[in-house]
Amino acid sequence: MSVALEAEASGYNFAYLDEQTKRMIRRAILKAVAIPGYQVPFAGREMPLPYGWGTGGIQVTAAVIGADDTLKVIDQGADDTTNAVSIRRFFQRTAGVATTTATTDATVIQTRHRIPETPLTEDQILVYQVPIPEPLRWMEARESETRKMHALAEYGVMHVRLYEDIAHMGRIVKSYDYPVRVDGRYIMAPSPIPKFDNPKMDRMAALQLFGAGREKRIYAVPPYTRAESLDFEDHPFEIQSWDDGCALCGAIDSYLDEVVTDDKGGRMMVCSDTDHCDKRRAAGYSGPMAAPYAETPK
Amino acid sequence: MNLVSTAARDLDDDPPLLSVRNLAKHYGNALGCRAVSFDLWPGEVLGIVGESGSGKTTLLNCLSGQIDADGGEILYRHRDGEVADFRTLPEPQRRALLRGEWGLVHQNPRDGLRLRVSAGANIGERLMAEGARHYGEIRGAAMNWLSRVEIATDRTDDLPIRFSGGMQQRLQIARTLVTGPRLVFMDEPTGGLDVSVQARLLDLIRGLVDELGAACVIVTHDLAVARLLAHRLMVMKGGEVVEAGLTDQVLDDPHHPYTQLLVSSVLQV
Ligand SMILES: Nc1ncnc2c1ncn2[C@@H]1O[C@H](COP(=O)(O)OP(=O)(O)O)[C@@H](O)[C@H]1O
Ligand SMILES: [Mg+2]
Ligand SMILES: [Zn+2]
Repeated sequence: MSVALEAEASGYNFAYLDEQTKRMIRRAILKAVAIPGYQVPFAGREMPLPYGWGTGGIQVTAAVIGADDTLKVIDQGADDTTNAVSIRRFFQRTAGVATTTATTDATVIQTRHRIPETPLTEDQILVYQVPIPEPLRWMEARESETRKMHALAEYGVMHVRLYEDIAHMGRIVKSYDYPVRVDGRYIMAPSPIPKFDNPKMDRMAALQLFGAGREKRIYAVPPYTRAESLDFEDHPFEIQSWDDGCALCGAIDSYLDEVVTDDKGGRMMVCSDTDHCDKRRAAGYSGPMAAPYAETPK
Repeated sequence: MNLVSTAARDLDDDPPLLSVRNLAKHYGNALGCRAVSFDLWPGEVLGIVGESGSGKTTLLNCLSGQIDADGGEILYRHRDGEVADFRTLPEPQRRALLRGEWGLVHQNPRDGLRLRVSAGANIGERLMAEGARHYGEIRGAAMNWLSRVEIATDRTDDLPIRFSGGMQQRLQIARTLVTGPRLVFMDEPTGGLDVSVQARLLDLIRGLVDELGAACVIVTHDLAVARLLAHRLMVMKGGEVVEAGLTDQVLDDPHHPYTQLLVSSVLQV
């Protein structure tokens, strides 16, 4: 039995959504790709998961995934959180697709909070779950007005926000969901990824799709498209950095999370991208807190 | 030919910055204003006076794009000499004008300020909207303008919500003038303020408008304000202009009976 038939036999259409809905979402995606960074409204469907679980990303994934795809799901950089496991299981059950935790093996990657450290390729699609798609919302509550501001590229207020950071804190403190200008035109909320990941969005080889379930918006950054982080000439955009590398794999160029190691307040900084960290340790790299079995590279 | 008449002819040759023709606005069947025509030259301050309900705000809102008139023309001469009807300009160009070359000072400063961001950001916003991307320069300009409107620069990072009404109004004026607009609209700029702070604010406005050489349309019901600020006056009654002329002429030698009543302070509140 084909994968699709198997899925049907389990009581769902392939990837849960009916074909008509998927076609509608694909049309929104095509429009989003044609107008990089522009938020395309779509008639989002109710999904059997709560909004906070990334229903926008799930609908986009459902519309683009095929039976031959291999899916990876990341939440906070990890493949094993409840959210990531549920979404992966959802597509295993409804689409019967292969899943993986290895970034390089995946053809579709749905993510919340991170872009993998391993550079993505033209053969991959990165699907972001987006809670708040409108980067102008903090300043302007009226949807009619934000639309007009986008249409006319009236983006002065975006720099007002950065100005306020510098005026009050001496530097730009905004550290995640850091706004980017896509293809020199639309300003876009990159979803709550750390600004550390912003440079990866810029001219990425893979197609980047963004789905906001509650607000029913889809937007995209096509392959090799510019995504510039906003800044000032005298306060250029900077990413987070750490004094020491990953405690487990020694990486000095990956995004680190603080984890508690014991109940006596012990802590260490480790890669948030667990696949990246595992791969490095398997390749023999190690950091100061690595378990004894890890080999150190020559 | 003497020097005076040469100077007068030169002035005539200088084309107006704004030419309003037959402007009209109705609210349903009710009249807002009608048949309003006037010319405004660069650097000139035009006062619009009249009692409450005479159509002053309606006219100013039509001119400044806050509401759309339902008839007439608002011909504006751009920096490059090109004349265009503001009413038929595409919206992007209308909004671009309002962001830079034009300025609007609302009667209530809260309508013209962002209350949730600092005074410095309020002034800097119009510069950033015009593409300024150097923080140090934006901040420098903001502090410079705070001093010019007599707000201590140690208030640069404070929220305007903490300012007195008079300070808020001065901040709004700084925010409006920072881009060096060629045309400024003000609706009762001293309206909601204590008499004690009004005089100083009027002096300040007069000085700044003069320094910038901006043309200005100021709505007021207060003839003392009009006398202090305006070169020329238009007197409105029931939505129409009943008398217009040089300020001193209109106030010292009013022709229309309504203006005479107004000046004799019978109608003044
Ligand atoms: N939004 C509105 N809807 C209906 N009528 C209005 C509106 N605004 C003003 N008017 C009417 O238009 C006339 C002129 O009002 P306005 O322009 O506010 O006068 P002024 O500013 O001189 O007090 C008045 O009769 C007023 O009642
Ligand atoms: Mg009024
Ligand atoms: Zn690591």
